[in-house]
Amino acid sequence: MSSTNTTGTAKHKAGAFDIRNIIGLLLAIYGVILLLMGLFGDQARDRTGGVNANLWAGIVLLVVGGLFMLWARLKPILVPEHVEHDGDDADGHGHQTHGGGRPAH
Amino acid sequence: MANSLPALLAPRETLIQAGAVDYLILSIYFAFVLGIGFLARRQVSDSIDFFLSGRSLPAWVTGLAFISANLGAVEIMGMSATGAQIGIPTVHYFWVGAIPAMLFLGVVMMPFYYGSKVRSVPEFMLRRFGKPAHLVNAISFAVAQLLIAGVNLYLLGSIVHALLGWPMWVTLIVAAAIVLSYITLGGLSAAIYNEVLQFFVIVASLLPLTLIGLHRLGGWSGLEAKITAAAASAPPAAKVAPAAEQLHSWPGQALSGFDSPILSVVGIVFGLGFVLSFGYWTTNFVEVQRAMASDSISAARKTPIIGAFPKMFVPFLTIVPGMMAAVLVSEIGQLKNGGTPAGGSSGNGVTFNDSLLLLMRDVLPNGLLGLAITGLLAAFMAGMAANISAFNTVFSYDIWQEYVVKNRDDGYYLGVGRLATVAATLIAIFTASIAGGFSNVMDYLQTLFGFFNAPLFATFILGMFWKRMTPHAGWAGLVSGTLAAIGLWVASKFGGAFTLPGQGLAFVCASTAFIVDVAVSVAVTMFTRPKPASELVGLVYSETPVADRTDPLEHTYPWYRRTVPLALVALVMVIALNIAF
Repeated sequence: MSSTNTTGTAKHKAGAFDIRNIIGLLLAIYGVILLLMGLFGDQARDRTGGVNANLWAGIVLLVVGGLFMLWARLKPILVPEHVEHDGDDADGHGHQTHGGGRPAH
Repeated sequence: MANSLPALLAPRETLIQAGAVDYLILSIYFAFVLGIGFLARRQVSDSIDFFLSGRSLPAWVTGLAFISANLGAVEIMGMSATGAQIGIPTVHYFWVGAIPAMLFLGVVMMPFYYGSKVRSVPEFMLRRFGKPAHLVNAISFAVAQLLIAGVNLYLLGSIVHALLGWPMWVTLIVAAAIVLSYITLGGLSAAIYNEVLQFFVIVASLLPLTLIGLHRLGGWSGLEAKITAAAASAPPAAKVAPAAEQLHSWPGQALSGFDSPILSVVGIVFGLGFVLSFGYWTTNFVEVQRAMASDSISAARKTPIIGAFPKMFVPFLTIVPGMMAAVLVSEIGQLKNGGTPAGGSSGNGVTFNDSLLLLMRDVLPNGLLGLAITGLLAAFMAGMAANISAFNTVFSYDIWQEYVVKNRDDGYYLGVGRLATVAATLIAIFTASIAGGFSNVMDYLQTLFGFFNAPLFATFILGMFWKRMTPHAGWAGLVSGTLAAIGLWVASKFGGAFTLPGQGLAFVCASTAFIVDVAVSVAVTMFTRPKPASELVGLVYSETPVADRTDPLEHTYPWYRRTVPLALVALVMVIALNIAF
């Protein structure tokens, strides 16, 4: 991120750094691990009262993780080429800033 | 300390038997968090970015981070501990003690914070009331953060103890080292990302815990039947609340400690619902900072309101497991009946703080157990890191830069901030020992909030809406409010003047602090000179142009993206929850 003030209209997708992709990936990895534990690991049915808890939690996590990645795919976030640090001083409260105005949304 | 270090760290009987897969889940989480931190850090350019990470995030992200920043010690361990002890009335911490204040913060107060771009509460004090009030507030805020960091560290240490069985003092030092490396390795520079991740990990582990627990008890009616049976058979000496009080939210005598139902309702609504909760939510910058990172006034206002929706369902993931622990976990059952079972996460006997950990041990299979441990460790670590960073901001900018060494470059103050971080972590090891002395950390936290947040809220709300309030009234009100609360607490704890069970004492202290603060502020204002109106723009409601506190695009959004309709929906839902329980 540089603070040089360019016109800044060019935009690119947040891609892998989109928080929805990161959430989705983490949940999906956990989903796979729990799914495998549910299929092949110790199911500890005495503790869970007879439910294969790892299996079910794994499936749900995979679905939720997938939905987050789908959401990020369908509605990508556009990042302006130039990101302001502390713009938004149009109301002039006397804070010294280096950014200037914010791009209109 | 005659033992050698290897002997101390030797494998021993542990509270929780974690397997390889549990540690795998834990390490994946930390790889993610530190990886994001590393990437985010390469982009940090100056101190504003460092603390607020730019104003570019959508409201749902900051809203979840807002809740997650608070989903640490207070929520998870404190709420399950209180749930195990007194049952349903604990929900008042959410439905009375949080949601209304969060909505108020979003609708009324956020425009000032976002518009005036203050980085901390003391900075607002400085601009509204000048230096004396600023210094008083900066010091009390810094002290409060150190004490609360101690609570988080203590809980973090108790989980490490439960996993590894090391002595408590060793685990406290290890846990402090973990937090310090988390901060230095850049974990905090991506705080908002981490908090959102942490939110999902916590939900992913607590939801199965609740569902499996309910399954084992035979559903909600099974839980009610078990609690009723346990309350009926409890020995009178244990003073267990009757089942009817444990299973209904109102009038909540078990929580407030008042015998009279009317006094109890008044105590909860005024003490908890108004003073403590508004004081906490509207002036707690660890949370307010999350909203400051959003991309517009509208998103900043919606941050606490969006946060209110998950917040109102958090009780089902924290209080209900606590209630289940009291009937499913034999140690907690014994404790509730006045027994003193040995063991516990601290190693010095089971306390209510252990409810959730013990329930996890008894209910979750390895795998889900690892996820649960990850969620808890992440919450306490992020919670403590947030306290330490709030301390760091206030210490380096509000105290050091303002009163000790002035006019140096940004790099100098960042360096001071780093030293403050290390010092604060070391001090937290000692404040953690104070927290360890309370069998329920919630009692301790509410007491602290009464001392520090209640008077602050009184001064804030007066200062925002009463333009005549003078600079001298600002500091005098704060000092006298805090001293009154501490004086009352000491009189009850050590002087034996009166006693209140439950958290009634904290409610009374907070209410006293609020009333004394208002009275002193009004009295002092009558005899001192107010600031000229031109210096109050953006700081006082009547002096701030409407354009400065509204978003020009707000009316173009559909209703579900506008602040006030969203707040109304949340309000209706929380009233429905109060009626249902």
